Amino acid sequence: MLKQKTSLFELFITFAKISVMTFGGGYAMLPLIERELVAKKHWIDQKDLLEFFAVSQITPGVIAVNAASLIGQRRRGIIGLVAATLGVAAPSVIIITIVAAFLSNIMQFEIVGNIFAALRIAVAALIINALFPLFKKGITGIFTGLLFLITFIAFYFFKISPILLVILCAAATLIVAKAKGALK
Amino acid sequence: MILLALYLDFFKIGLFALGGGLATIPFIYELGYSAGFFNASEIANMIAVAQSMPGPIGINMASYAGFKVAGFWGAVSAALGVITAPMITIAIIAKALQKFIHNKYAAVAFGGAIACVCALISAAVFDMLKTALLRPEITQTLEGLVDAIAMKNIIFFIVIFFAIRKFKWHPFIYICLAACGGCFVKF
Repeated sequence: MLKQKTSLFELFITFAKISVMTFGGGYAMLPLIERELVAKKHWIDQKDLLEFFAVSQITPGVIAVNAASLIGQRRRGIIGLVAATLGVAAPSVIIITIVAAFLSNIMQFEIVGNIFAALRIAVAALIINALFPLFKKGITGIFTGLLFLITFIAFYFFKISPILLVILCAAATLIVAKAKGALK
Repeated sequence: MILLALYLDFFKIGLFALGGGLATIPFIYELGYSAGFFNASEIANMIAVAQSMPGPIGINMASYAGFKVAGFWGAVSAALGVITAPMITIAIIAKALQKFIHNKYAAVAFGGAIACVCALISAAVFDMLKTALLRPEITQTLEGLVDAIAMKNIIFFIVIFFAIRKFKWHPFIYICLAACGGCFVKF
């Protein structure tokens, strides 16, 4: 069943559909992919899916894009990867453009400004809540705690480039692990 | 030219935003103040929209930021930029997934990078809290700091935060509730 050929258009549309049904980020996509692609279409099996999500979380970029790329690649190679990924991105671009254009026209009304003041408070709370699992994964001991502290200060007070900080932290961790003999 | 610059900026963001869409926030923050594209409260609005609309948050953020800078085509270039690096990475490692998952170097480097990303997001959220919970027009002096604390906002924040931790509803529900609150209470 997995051998069956999938058209590029079908890949694009399927992932566009999954993207439109996803509210609140990449993790929310997992059950949708499971239902649509594992149970209904049999494009991948449960084991593949878990492996894909494991990889998606440790490769750069948006998790949803990584998962779509992997599944597209599995079905149709590189062009499948492109079709699936564009499928995930296309609805976002269209919906956000419409919403952003609309908002920029109504932003000057007092009530809209006030609604957004309330939204900013709620969003800060939501993000802090979403940070909990990331913290659990990221801050695992004294060393990572120290990295956290230094990075926070360097970024917040000294405005050091976040890209540079990511590279430095990854390199520092590798060097420390090597010195401890944890590698090899 | 601005479209190409946007594409490249977001290519870099896609390459370094590890651990999911939220990680794009500090990079967009940095782009905001270094290029002067948008300020803290505009970015907070952006996140509010990105979280309440369908689609992955990272792509929504990129689209919104791109739109703010250069309209529809700006949104297209930013979104294409943010997905390019992940696509290339996946294309390279797709043939050897198992090897990659069990690669010690990748796992160790990733551990350090995630600690870093936690700090970056925290710093961005800290700034966001400042604009959400203090009255910016009177926080210029230290003496004004006490007057600047917006009690209503802080209470609202605490209520929402505990509701999120306790009920674990879908984020969209809190967004709707906050929007309703904003219609009736002046924050």
